[in-house]
Amino acid sequence: MNQMAPETKNRADAMLGLLAPSLYSDYVKVYPRAVSGRFRNIKWAILIACLAAYYIAPWIRWDRGPNAPDQALLLDMAGRRGYFFWIEIWPQEVYYLTGLLILGAVALFLATALFGRVWCGYTCPQTVWTDLFMLVERWIEGDRNARIKLDQQPFSFNKAWRKTAKHAVWLVIAATTGGAWIMYFQDAPTVTREIFTGDASGGTYFFFGLFTGTTYLLAGWAREQVCTYMCPWPRFQAAMQDEHTLAVTYQGWRGEARGKHKAGESWEGRGDCVDCRACVNVCPTGIDIRDGMQLECIGCGLCIDACDEIMTKVDRPQRLIDFVSIANLERRAQKQPTILKLIRSRTVIYAAMLVLVAAIMAGALLTRASWEMNVLHDRAPLYVTLSDGSLRNGYTIKLLNKTRDERTLYLTIEGIPQATMFLAGEGEAPSSRLPVTVPPDDVGDYRVFVKAPRQVIKESSTTLRFNVVDEQGRRLTGYKSTFNAPN
Amino acid sequence: MPTKIEKDSVTGTETTGHEWDGIKELNNPLPKWWLYVFYACVLFSAVWMVLYPSVPYLRSHFGGVLGYTQRDAVAKRLEEASGAQAQYRDQIAKLDIQAVKADADLNRFALAGGRVLFAENCAPCHQSGGTGAKGYPSLADDDWLWGGKLEDIQMTLQHGVRSTNDDDTRVSQMPRFLADGLLTMPQIQAVAQHVLSLSGLDKPNADGAKLFAEQCASCHGEQGKGMREVGAPNLTDKIWLYGGDKAVVVQSIAYSRGGVMPAWAGRLDDATIKMLALYVHALGGGE
Ligand code: SF4
Ligand code: SF4
Repeated sequence: MNQMAPETKNRADAMLGLLAPSLYSDYVKVYPRAVSGRFRNIKWAILIACLAAYYIAPWIRWDRGPNAPDQALLLDMAGRRGYFFWIEIWPQEVYYLTGLLILGAVALFLATALFGRVWCGYTCPQTVWTDLFMLVERWIEGDRNARIKLDQQPFSFNKAWRKTAKHAVWLVIAATTGGAWIMYFQDAPTVTREIFTGDASGGTYFFFGLFTGTTYLLAGWAREQVCTYMCPWPRFQAAMQDEHTLAVTYQGWRGEARGKHKAGESWEGRGDCVDCRACVNVCPTGIDIRDGMQLECIGCGLCIDACDEIMTKVDRPQRLIDFVSIANLERRAQKQPTILKLIRSRTVIYAAMLVLVAAIMAGALLTRASWEMNVLHDRAPLYVTLSDGSLRNGYTIKLLNKTRDERTLYLTIEGIPQATMFLAGEGEAPSSRLPVTVPPDDVGDYRVFVKAPRQVIKESSTTLRFNVVDEQGRRLTGYKSTFNAPN
Repeated sequence: MPTKIEKDSVTGTETTGHEWDGIKELNNPLPKWWLYVFYACVLFSAVWMVLYPSVPYLRSHFGGVLGYTQRDAVAKRLEEASGAQAQYRDQIAKLDIQAVKADADLNRFALAGGRVLFAENCAPCHQSGGTGAKGYPSLADDDWLWGGKLEDIQMTLQHGVRSTNDDDTRVSQMPRFLADGLLTMPQIQAVAQHVLSLSGLDKPNADGAKLFAEQCASCHGEQGKGMREVGAPNLTDKIWLYGGDKAVVVQSIAYSRGGVMPAWAGRLDDATIKMLALYVHALGGGE
């Protein structure tokens, strides 16, 4: 009973043996070597620009007059306003933000179709912060070989202080990053002070901690794992690429057959690749670009710099690894002139979408009204018959004042002759021109009753238009509603 | 379960044994950190299952060692909410209803709360928004049986109309003119025609007018304009509680009418009644 048939047990063991070790892959630590060259310089420049923009932007001031924040970029969640320099966005205008995201997405599609994974290699926050963290790591622990050695060493004082220092600096950078994120949502000087004095809200500390933690984890520990396993972009960006898209490519026709090369030896009958593995050692994702296009490759071009250095040393032409399209790779292999084909149907479509979305957004922004009105007809009662036989309808009117001044405006109605209005509870005589005072940068909320003699109402539902006019009678906004009556 | 495990010769990775059109699937392992996150989630759910209600039994369920239930959570939230309302309600209870209306904050609170209270307590008869129905007066129009001032409405709410369990209830009794033998059917027809003529719905009727002066004017007034002290409706306006057809008016005269409204004083507290009065007053017909 309690004994398993030997064959069964063996089979189970065999199955376990087959499955267990192969189910999980160990994390292989990547030790990228420092490199210098053209693409590294571009990468530094973009890194500095991105980080500077991110850390400085919330500190830019922008005067909006009294009772308004003077921060140029601010998403004020509590006050339910978004500020972008001279633009102020209300919650119901969140489509501007949506438009911005669509714009960003289409621009990304276009850039990817033209130049491959430039976003991944140069501007993605994951790339930028990982690069920064690696810089710190190199300063404190040394370059690739020194780091490998340090990790293999047994515990020592040298190892302890270097590791501690590295993580301390990482955490400081992470905290600065998390802190800067909060500043986009609250007044930067105030929230900075509050964080230090302990006066900030629990929510502020939570998000501060959250973004500090994720920065430290993603840029310090996860690194290329994010690109390879977490990020969806590498998985579908191929849909935007074609044979004319630039990609970091090892030009096998020139490099193979690879092999060691001693100074003075002939280059006849062999390829230019000297199999020095410089390209592999500098790669931040730890892959060998000579294996061809790979999901892991973020297109940073550092392997190009590394290889160019070697090619100069061995006196062969540069760009054995190059930003080159598949089409041109073939042409080069066949010694044909290369072509630059930027205008393709997909790039044209992306560019057209970009222009269209930008135009729609610009149009919406330029015609953005300072006044907006919403009218909600009462559902119950739909109409009220009064003792003199006239009819009354009730409305809830919301008047949005997007200016910074309190204004007294006038509500008028058109569509029903002899109709008059009065505000609920005010006890004033009904009139056809009702003064309402709207607070600045706020929504005025009014209960308005409209009264009309029975004989002028012919239909069970008559169109009634509310207008808002200023003292001079200029129409600022309006809303089409209805006036209901018994059949 | 794969039938044959083989190693891919190019990558050295095992295949899953699945093959589609000659393409074999490699069995690429999951990264360890991913797996540990997954295990952590499993652990989390195990702890959760112990702490919170989780496993269903046949008739009940395992309640969790924390004893948490959503019903309790709601009750607690409600208690907190009414605690937060207390500062307003206490003031409303203390102040005179006109003073509540004069205080912008209290008035706003009363109207917002009154809306909900009305839906809970009054809407079954008076309909939402005080629309009214046959036999149940509209509260949004300008026609009031017992008065449309704030104090009148408050009084009606407190004591009700013809409420059997309130001594101060608003009460009046219209005679059943046919059933009690006060008028004959032809006389009632004549009175009905006269009543309808008051609002232009029918031709004048001299006999009816005479009978009206004798029998009805003591409550409804000589002009038929009604009398709020006794809840007698105005018969000259365009509003008919039970309908403006002659047959309906004849029915009203012959067998009388007498709507009933409960006295709310015992069921709702003072602040609630004031909030309701303010809400009803603001429906459009308040005086
Ligand atoms: S293969 Fe080259 S381009 Fe790709 S990630 Fe590595 S270094 Fe960057
Ligand atoms: S760096 Fe250049 S030469 Fe060296 S292995 Fe890579 S491709 Fe070959």
